[in-house]
Amino acid sequence: MTTKTDFDRDLSLRLRIDALLANYIHCIDEDRLEEWHNYFTDDGRYKVVTRENYDLGLPVALIYCDGRGMFKDRISALRNANIYEPHVYCHMVSALKILDSSGPNIKTQSNFTVTRTMSEGNMMTFLCGKTIDTVTEIDGDLKFKERTVILDSRRIDTLLVIPA
Amino acid sequence: MDTAQIDPGTNFVWPSEDVSQVPFRVYTDQDLYDREQRVLFQGPTWNFLCLDCEIPEPGDYKMTYIGDAPIVVVRDENGDINAMVNRCAHKGSLVCYKPRGNIKEFACIYHNWTYDLRGKLTGVAFGRGVRGQGGLTEEFKHEEHGLERIRIENVRGFIMGTFSDETPPFASYIGAELMASIDRVFIKPLKILGYHSQIFPNNWKLYVENNKDSYHASLLHVFHNTFGVVRPTMTGGIKLSESGWHHLSYTQREEIGDDNIAKEKVRSKQNGYRLEDTRMMEHVLELGDKVTNSIQTVFPTMVLQQILNALAVRQLIPKGVNESELIWTILGFEEDDSDMDELRMQVNNLVGPAGFISMEDGCVGGFIQTAAKANVDAQTILPMGGRKIEPSQGSRVTESAVRGFWKGWRECMGV
Repeated sequence: MTTKTDFDRDLSLRLRIDALLANYIHCIDEDRLEEWHNYFTDDGRYKVVTRENYDLGLPVALIYCDGRGMFKDRISALRNANIYEPHVYCHMVSALKILDSSGPNIKTQSNFTVTRTMSEGNMMTFLCGKTIDTVTEIDGDLKFKERTVILDSRRIDTLLVIPA
Repeated sequence: MDTAQIDPGTNFVWPSEDVSQVPFRVYTDQDLYDREQRVLFQGPTWNFLCLDCEIPEPGDYKMTYIGDAPIVVVRDENGDINAMVNRCAHKGSLVCYKPRGNIKEFACIYHNWTYDLRGKLTGVAFGRGVRGQGGLTEEFKHEEHGLERIRIENVRGFIMGTFSDETPPFASYIGAELMASIDRVFIKPLKILGYHSQIFPNNWKLYVENNKDSYHASLLHVFHNTFGVVRPTMTGGIKLSESGWHHLSYTQREEIGDDNIAKEKVRSKQNGYRLEDTRMMEHVLELGDKVTNSIQTVFPTMVLQQILNALAVRQLIPKGVNESELIWTILGFEEDDSDMDELRMQVNNLVGPAGFISMEDGCVGGFIQTAAKANVDAQTILPMGGRKIEPSQGSRVTESAVRGFWKGWRECMGV
């Protein structure tokens, strides 16, 4: 049974994680991608995988970053090398669930959709699925130690360049 | 009666002497698309279906496509692989509608007609009617109503299928030289590391051409130059089958260190950009040579890829005149240890729908598809390397392999 003290502690944690998710998605949606790596620990890992591969236990990812350098490389390639029609994301995140908060690494999951709006103004629901995150506290701030984006929408329309 | 309705696409006339010009109409015309399905995809061509290792056990099956036609590939009780059109002989429903699985027999969900794993009709529900009423008459012959079988070949673990009896055996279809380049890469038993799917907003042929166009590689995929990935020390070339239909484009490094791991120092030449983390550019020379990139096409829609240690087979599926889907099957070797698995994870950042050196292939075809509508009777030109269809030693600045594709297309289409 959940006591009121447990509930208050849980609520406080939920609000902090919710703030992390909100800051994270606004960073991406507002094209402040150079700040993206700050939401992760130095040894942070980030994967975008499809639900098909995830359910089959197959390891390959669409995007795989392991450590801060790779986060920065993704963004500098997007800015300086890759070619694509300009577009923006709008993330909708919901149903945050805390899977495990017993230790210093807090495991959570939540659902998301990303709409993509192209430079000509046409919009589509581009990605949807869930994220499974491991969050930890570094110098008073919550950061992602691991973030796995699992796409139900496994057909990628045209290309995937901006992280989710 | 209008013959164009019976035989769509036959009114089309190729507007020039050779294949160094291509009319935009080929990317936009529904009649040509319909004709392609019948005489090209269901004609004398080999099409990738799946991998042997995807259906290891009796009863394992996988759904796939040849052109628009749904196909199911299944391993039977004897361990043999069979491929059939995934369409019930009765009302034509899909007999298999889950992408993969294991079954004892095919049972159509609509009227429960059943087929064995070789496609033979084994049962018709209420075939004898009910209380002597209804059911099949004596003229119905079960043996005449199996699933339509597709001819297959198992090529080094790649299951290839063709509708036509005319298609030559696979090895003579692509020729000895290109067969040798398949053997160069796929030297050990394979394992699947995952799948990607990418939708292109363009006609399927634009993506096929893009694979055969070695000219664009360092120009469109700016990542190569920006981060100094393509270096002057690399050589390469183009190989073509005698038919011109199939090709191989490759680059190799001329110098390597003593160890078999070449850790490239990736630095930009001109603008100061560099990769913070170069792990994804590490290359374990696992194939016994110094080839860094090998892109091989099998007419019409199969691509075999080795980019450093990123191995894959890509299957292109047309989805109407204006759209196509690319299925990437990412491969490793069965014997890979966890370090090798991790290295393949890293290098796969380069390829796929989000790949540093491949994502642009997703949008460039769409740019052409949009612009084609300006005037479909106008033509694109393929002048690089002259008009001939011939291999190229040393230089990849040629459109020879693209011209080879159009030769194959015209021969299949009879235009």
